Amino acid sequence: MDFTLDKKHLMARQLFKDFAEKEVKPLAQEIDETERFPRETVEKMAKAGFMGISIPKEYGGQGCDPLTYVMCIEELAKQCGTTAVIVSAHSSLCADPILTFGTEEQKQKYLPDLAAGRKLGAFGLTEPGAGTDAQGVQTKAVKDEDGNWVINGSKIFITNGKEADVYVIFAQTGTKLDKKGRTQKTFTAFILEKGMPGFTFGTKENKMGIRASATYELVFNDVKVSDAQRLGAEGKGFPIAMHTLDGGRIGIAAQALGLAEGALDRTVAYVKERKQFGRALAQFQNTQFQLADMATKCQAAQYLVYAAANAKATKDRYSVEAAMAKLCAAEVAMEVTTKAVQLHGGYGYMKEYDVERMMRDAKITEIYEGTSEVQRMVISGAMLK
Amino acid sequence: MATANKEQYKGVFIFAQQVDGELSGIALELVGKGKELAADLDTQVTAVLIGSGIRGLADELGEYGADRVIVVDDPELKDYRTEPYAHALASVINEYKPDVMLVGATAIGRDLGPCVAARVHTGLTADCTSLAIGDFPLNPIPGQEDKQLHKQLLMTRPAFGGNTIATIACPDFRPQMATVRPGVMQKGERVPGRKAEVIDYNPGFTPDNRYTEILEIVKNTKKVADIMDAKILVSGGRGLGSAENFAILDDLAAAIGGTVSCSRAVVDAGWKPKDLQVGQTGKTVRPQVYFAIGISGAIQHLAGMEESDMIIAINKDESAPIFTVADYGVVGDLFKIVPKLTEKIKEVKAAAAQN
Amino acid sequence: MKIVVCVKQVPDTKGGVVFNPDGTLNRAAMLAIMNPDDKAGLEAALELKDKYGAEVTVLTMGLPKADEVLREAMAMGADHGVLVTDRVLGGADTWATSQTIAGAIRNLDYDLIITGRQAIDGDTAQVGPEVAEHLHLPMVTYVQKIVDYDEAAKTITVERQFDDRYMVVKANLPCVLTALGELAEPRYMTPGGIFDAYDKEVTVWGRKDLKDVLDSDLGKVGSPTQIAKASDKVRKGAGEVKKDLSPAEAVDYIVEKLQAKHII
Repeated sequence: MDFTLDKKHLMARQLFKDFAEKEVKPLAQEIDETERFPRETVEKMAKAGFMGISIPKEYGGQGCDPLTYVMCIEELAKQCGTTAVIVSAHSSLCADPILTFGTEEQKQKYLPDLAAGRKLGAFGLTEPGAGTDAQGVQTKAVKDEDGNWVINGSKIFITNGKEADVYVIFAQTGTKLDKKGRTQKTFTAFILEKGMPGFTFGTKENKMGIRASATYELVFNDVKVSDAQRLGAEGKGFPIAMHTLDGGRIGIAAQALGLAEGALDRTVAYVKERKQFGRALAQFQNTQFQLADMATKCQAAQYLVYAAANAKATKDRYSVEAAMAKLCAAEVAMEVTTKAVQLHGGYGYMKEYDVERMMRDAKITEIYEGTSEVQRMVISGAMLK
Repeated sequence: MATANKEQYKGVFIFAQQVDGELSGIALELVGKGKELAADLDTQVTAVLIGSGIRGLADELGEYGADRVIVVDDPELKDYRTEPYAHALASVINEYKPDVMLVGATAIGRDLGPCVAARVHTGLTADCTSLAIGDFPLNPIPGQEDKQLHKQLLMTRPAFGGNTIATIACPDFRPQMATVRPGVMQKGERVPGRKAEVIDYNPGFTPDNRYTEILEIVKNTKKVADIMDAKILVSGGRGLGSAENFAILDDLAAAIGGTVSCSRAVVDAGWKPKDLQVGQTGKTVRPQVYFAIGISGAIQHLAGMEESDMIIAINKDESAPIFTVADYGVVGDLFKIVPKLTEKIKEVKAAAAQN
Repeated sequence: MKIVVCVKQVPDTKGGVVFNPDGTLNRAAMLAIMNPDDKAGLEAALELKDKYGAEVTVLTMGLPKADEVLREAMAMGADHGVLVTDRVLGGADTWATSQTIAGAIRNLDYDLIITGRQAIDGDTAQVGPEVAEHLHLPMVTYVQKIVDYDEAAKTITVERQFDDRYMVVKANLPCVLTALGELAEPRYMTPGGIFDAYDKEVTVWGRKDLKDVLDSDLGKVGSPTQIAKASDKVRKGAGEVKKDLSPAEAVDYIVEKLQAKHII
């Protein structure tokens, strides 16, 4: 096993780091406070190719590997969790399933615009009655006599909602009997575009963290689309969703990792400067031991996240690697950001200091794209198969 | 190939920069420094005056101490362009063979200097802040005492953004050339009526493909100040008490040629816009001089300015953390000190301008 | 149009200078970056490429490690990279450096040569003009804007900055421009550009590849200037705080310090 990065990846990391420090960091506090979607940052990222890192060159992407993509999310999250999730949802949850499951026509139609960031992507699976349990999905797609699909229902908590132009969504299209003879819903994935008649947006969520990412309800009221908008085979929506989420989890793991590392960086700087009882905080053994633990956990999380990226590059299925990376990185993010706030003392509780925001941002990484409990189900499920 | 017959090269020459028919300050500063060097070398200081219709400026150079002025006056030399000016100065060097050639490190001199040095094949040391006559090597190499050269021009300059200092010599080539930072050397005393020997010299100018064409000259292109680019920052904190009170900092900044910046408390109070804020959540600055006035020095502020070359703090509270990073701290009432400081700086500058 | 952009790899002095415990500069600990003025010049070349179509070659002289800045330039969009590296070229002052670069450029086709105005490590601003001189080319230094490129007339028009003004200057091509940092805001590399840059070959030249240059004009032996003494400025210690000064005394104290540093 080789844990060293080659020159390409080192330079790519430097690029992401420079970009994040120069373009993302100055906005992070403001957009968190005002819940403003950072459109200008998305445009700058688009220009620098960040919106199509792992899309092949033939579709206008950068043609880089998942590791490069993961480092991008990680470096963005070191400065701003919101900016990281915008890229992650766009890339992992929208462009990736179109690339993996789309027809050549669909790829030609959507990927160049997504890769260049001319269009932003989103993903719609969650519903009021369907979070961890996908069987609760109520949204239905029915074929009319002309062979078109008519979609009705709604999706909630959709990242990049309303801001995005292209949406990969899931609707029930039938039922089947499972091995035990129970009736199960079957789903189909569709590609929808903003502006399609009947496709509207509901309320915007007011969130604890990642506050500048637009989180909206999607509402489908007799949205009529041709069969050309169907992504993958009819009834194969569930495996598509699960496969997509495997990739998505690597992105979220990278986001969590970046949040942890960003909070650690700030804490190291702070404890060197801040004095109590006539000594810098860094001179207290409690501080030193806390930092050692935080750094060790960040490093462990990084190895798992990079290993998951490597698995995505080399294997067809990487559910377990992705679940482990996300589980570990999310819990490390929560723990490290919480300790970072503690080491900052009263200042850490103030919005003036980034760690306050990072701690709030970290929490969602234990919840979305599969809670930590779901990750444990995935991992143990594979073990006990 | 080293310069042959080095001993033929004599005298200290300075490029007397003029713009729009007026001598630049650096021209007189170089005459002043050139005189000192000339004294150490038992020689004269010669000013090289290049332009169109500028012969009259020779008198002023004489009054400031130039022993001799070589005037190259030609219509081709009206506004500064590299090629005719380089041709003029290189021709003077080839004709008169100076031992030392000093040029101001201005936007003109740093163009002209390297072009001429390359043309006459000699070394050039950029942006010097100190010049002296001495030995090279500074200490003789044991056993090779006879190889130590004497009466060499030793040119000292900062590098690495001011983090290192080097002293440089040009032992085997002539002239020994340097560009000199404006404002560092002292002008000599002006003696009305003192005359320099004036020599007219024209090498002839034939425009070729290297001559550029000036289409337009646009003067006074002052841009909005960016505190990250400022060489001097006059920064105010909560101690100013109100937005109106920043006027005294504006006055100080105007007098010293600096830019006003501020602490976070000032931005939060709405006295100044965010883009003037220094600190962790504002901008990180590294000016030559940072005045911290009425700024207590919260950790987040210090992180944004502690790399400044010189920090001068004025604060009522002697326990203010700003004093832990200040090079020079004054405990006192800023409202009493700052206006007086402004007046004093104006006086000093006015006096300097008269000399 | 064929453009040669000269770049230098420098330690990043802006992002904070790292000192050794004895107060000297710790160069190894400082990040090596593409010199900012050079990067602005590269961006200007890439903008000309976007607008008129051009082949952009980046050239650097340095240690083998300087390969990194060429890859960076190519990841931004430059077409070719040339690294001039050779032990005998080390220790060069601006004369010998400019001779080296001129010797390399003589092997290339070019309509335009762009260099940064100055490098943040040396701050000399001399190499660009000296290259122009060795190649007998017209030059415009301190360029803040490229106004026009006339392909038919073979001229370029730029804004040349001075202390209190700027001039709009037209120069014949081929010529040398030296770029101010504000000439152009450099674009970011792209991730795909980085991958491509490392898949491409960089041309590596040594002493023997330099054209029409004498050994006596190269490296330390070819450098007219020699260092008599070099010292890293020792980092300042704790400052002094004056407590019981009258306002007038305080003013005198501050003015004295400002005058000592030639600030006023």
